[in-house]
Amino acid sequence: MSDVVSLNHGSGGSQMRNLIENIFAGKFGMSKPLTDSALLENEGYTMAFSTDSYVVDPLFFPGGNIGKLALCGTVNDLAVSGAIPLWISASFIIEEGFPLEDLERIADTMASEAIKAGVKIVTGDTKVVSKGKCDKLFITTAGVGIVKSGFEHISKGSMIKPGDKLIINGSLGNHAIAVLGARNNLGFSSKIESDCASLNHIIQNFFGECSEIHFMRDLTRGGLAAVLNEVAEMTSLGISVQEESIPVDEPVKGLCEMLGFNPLSLANEGKFLLISSGDESFKILDILRSHPLGKNAAIIGEITDEHEGYVVLKTATGGKRILEMPSGIDLPRIC
Amino acid sequence: MKYIDEYRNPEIIKKLAEAIKKISSASYTFMEVCGGHTAAIQRFGIPALLPENIRLLSGPGCPVCVTSTDFIDKITKLSLEPGTIIATFGDLIRVPGSELSLDKCRSEGADIRIIFSPLEAVSIASVNPSRKVIFPGIGFETTAPGTAVAIKKAKEKGLRNFKVLSAHKIMPPAMEAIIRDGTRLNGFICPGHVSTIAGSKIFNFIPEKYGLGCVVSGFEPADILQSILMLVKQVNNNLPAVEIEYRRAVKPDGNETALRNMQEVFEICDSWWRGLGIIPASGLRIRKEYRDFDAEEAFTFETSSTDENPLCICGNILRGLATPSECPLFGKVCNNDNPVGACMVSAEGSCNIHLKYHPS
Repeated sequence: MSDVVSLNHGSGGSQMRNLIENIFAGKFGMSKPLTDSALLENEGYTMAFSTDSYVVDPLFFPGGNIGKLALCGTVNDLAVSGAIPLWISASFIIEEGFPLEDLERIADTMASEAIKAGVKIVTGDTKVVSKGKCDKLFITTAGVGIVKSGFEHISKGSMIKPGDKLIINGSLGNHAIAVLGARNNLGFSSKIESDCASLNHIIQNFFGECSEIHFMRDLTRGGLAAVLNEVAEMTSLGISVQEESIPVDEPVKGLCEMLGFNPLSLANEGKFLLISSGDESFKILDILRSHPLGKNAAIIGEITDEHEGYVVLKTATGGKRILEMPSGIDLPRIC
Repeated sequence: MKYIDEYRNPEIIKKLAEAIKKISSASYTFMEVCGGHTAAIQRFGIPALLPENIRLLSGPGCPVCVTSTDFIDKITKLSLEPGTIIATFGDLIRVPGSELSLDKCRSEGADIRIIFSPLEAVSIASVNPSRKVIFPGIGFETTAPGTAVAIKKAKEKGLRNFKVLSAHKIMPPAMEAIIRDGTRLNGFICPGHVSTIAGSKIFNFIPEKYGLGCVVSGFEPADILQSILMLVKQVNNNLPAVEIEYRRAVKPDGNETALRNMQEVFEICDSWWRGLGIIPASGLRIRKEYRDFDAEEAFTFETSSTDENPLCICGNILRGLATPSECPLFGKVCNNDNPVGACMVSAEGSCNIHLKYHPS
């Protein structure tokens, strides 16, 4: 049997990265580091441009639906690049027989989320395929925003240096566990809701206030573990993280213990990692905590010039270990 | 979280680590038999808390790792037959057979569903009466009773389309094989979940016959350190015995209901362990009374080889004779994305765990 694409290639971990680097980036002439948004220089300003596809199963889950995910996801990819998101496109691949009522509910959610985020959905596309040729509904969104002057380096992390602090805006793992719970085949029901939300307003609170933010990235597939490993590789610096300081809600913790998941590698849809100078970190923490999406924000570790290229987790029990890049398919179709 | 936080309390852990250090006057080698223990030991960073004269070896207790290539060949072949559904635990998906893995078969269109309980497989069979639903039964005393209950349930419901391909195994014969193979040990950290079902008494022959200590351990860091402390004391006092550290779950006689179910459906047979070869009376096959649910009866298989990559040293690793970093394939040819040997595939496999936490 020849080599084929497997679900592992879509997991957000090392196999997906290899696929993107070896097949797409090379042939398309894209240069590393590959970031969530492309930054496009124009006369006097920089535009951010990003796209994302959504195949979440089930379409509706506690705390959101595929439409909310599609809107917030692209807004967030732009926002963490230091951009003010402005225009969004939305394309739909719909399976024959899909209830119009559900489609309307999903479109309503997208419309209201767009108003909340202050973006406009300005163009799109619709395709319908025969029954059985796609699973209910897939959505692709793309977005354009204007990068805030002085934030152009954020997505590439070129200013990250030893001593910088790592900050996240709240508890990890809620989205993945909410979607998993909604699948009905795990035999558990929980009150855990997806954290799905647009992060552009909380991020815009930094504009004009902070000048020493060195990196931002949303913590979607592969979770915190994937992003930290990417940063370690990208910068060739070490990362040191204190497990104890990472917020994880009790019900999420419990389910992870039971199901054997690591909350640090679970997908989130309203969480991001921020890296800033040590001096500015407390100011940033205050700004985050003053916003509803950052109430549980925490400093979780720092950049170091030790163990270069590796993320080392100081465990809550006092041990130390490497926090690895997630690999394989823990959870397909989580977003 | 109750039953978790108190066993991860840094103060308690520090005290246990100090106590171990204080009484460790010689060199000690202990084997943790269970893959769950191997994973916990690395996840919590336990080696960093132990003195250098205590060495931990990983044993053959990862069910996926010891499952034969032949078994994977059978199940992948079945998955590609029209009308079959394979309902499996997730850890089997990526295990390579001689040519295929279930993962690859799924990419080719095989209907493979990940389940968390064998009873889910019975439900799938019940709603798909025109299709054959096959559950690959792997694992030790921990999972075999669940498979037994699923088979009994299918019989009760008259579901002739539910089949089990059994590679279930039992643990004590493998531990005896390791001792006889000459692996130098001072004692075993015995598997907590296996013992919850089978009781700690299944290890009684080890101190009696071989003079080695056994402590049945839980899976939290305080459990593991406490068990090591108990083993060190046994060695120091030259009083090898079977002791239970994991008292909140394990009794000497185990879980009688689970054992009864297991014995009703399965009988003991010789079994092939990846890396260890054939171990007499170490496997579980489905009894004649339940043959309608035995995939071995329902399908004919060509005998395939059990050849494995000659450079892969999984066998020695499973016997505690080598560590993953001594393998020429480790981390280079054989890694998470392209596992050669079974120890790399499973999240409980020594090589997988070793690469995860010590990549260089």
